Amino acid sequence: MSENVGIVIVSHSADVARGTALMVEQMVGREVPLGWCGGDPDGGLGTSVEAIMAAIERAWSESGVAILVDLGGAETNSEMAIEMLPESRRDRVVVCNAPVVEGAVMAATEAASGATLEAVRRTAEELTPV
Amino acid sequence: MMIDCQARKLLFETVAQRVIASADELTDLDRAIGDGDHGTNMRRGFEAVLAAVDELSAKNLGESLKGVGMTLVMRVGGASGPLYGTLFMSLGKSLQDDVTCEQVADAFAAAIEAVKARGKSDIGQKTMLDVLFPVLAVLREGGVGLPVRLKATARAAAEKTIPMRAIRGRASFLGERSIGHMDPGARSSALIVDAVADVMEGLA
Repeated sequence: MSENVGIVIVSHSADVARGTALMVEQMVGREVPLGWCGGDPDGGLGTSVEAIMAAIERAWSESGVAILVDLGGAETNSEMAIEMLPESRRDRVVVCNAPVVEGAVMAATEAASGATLEAVRRTAEELTPV
Repeated sequence: MMIDCQARKLLFETVAQRVIASADELTDLDRAIGDGDHGTNMRRGFEAVLAAVDELSAKNLGESLKGVGMTLVMRVGGASGPLYGTLFMSLGKSLQDDVTCEQVADAFAAAIEAVKARGKSDIGQKTMLDVLFPVLAVLREGGVGLPVRLKATARAAAEKTIPMRAIRGRASFLGERSIGHMDPGARSSALIVDAVADVMEGLA
């Protein structure tokens, strides 16, 4: 069996990111590779490309990584971080258009079942009103 | 025109100092319609540029612009990091040390497209693009008195974002309430254009 898809949580707040990661671990267990980060490069509210890249590295799975983000800058910085990955990894990381907490739990639940990256993303995005 | 190491250093220093000096103003603008961190974020990014300015400007123009862009990407910490980072990195892709105004305009046009793609935005949405596009048009005209026209255009273009309604970014959450405030990204873009034009004029 191939590896489970990894989940990365990116919030403006380290507390939100950590709290969300704890919820995922408790509700889904540890069989999903998990990375999280929050806060700008100085530790204030914001996001950091460097920290996002490190979180992707921690959650890395050959099956890919799904990123859940909260607000604007988290998304833009996550897209930037993906572009800065080695070319062989770039197309295996996606940003999900979903609420960060619910999305992370739903995505991780789907990932834990061995679903593909696309299926994980779809499950998270079903939470987003059309 | 030749943009040598000394010119690059002056350019980067001037831009960085102007942005840093206006950080509070940018934050005030952002507090009105965003999350109030634009000034703080830009200051952090450009302080990092300033700290590395010798090293950055020692490389050729293309590489040094990419270096400035990368520094902003890594240090700004908000959406403006990837947006300004993309602008500078894209400019660095095609520019040689010895450039014509036409080459700068072409590079600037490509950089604007890259920013559009990064921000999934377009002109008229109350963003930095509303300053960059009119500046590109003036750059295309070239000719005598270019720096003065660049400054006037950038300033007027930033003012024109006041009655606009935000469609992208956090300001878009406010809908109608975003009307009546200058876009902070448009203002920071105008500040940068102003700084570059002053260097061109020998005023910096």
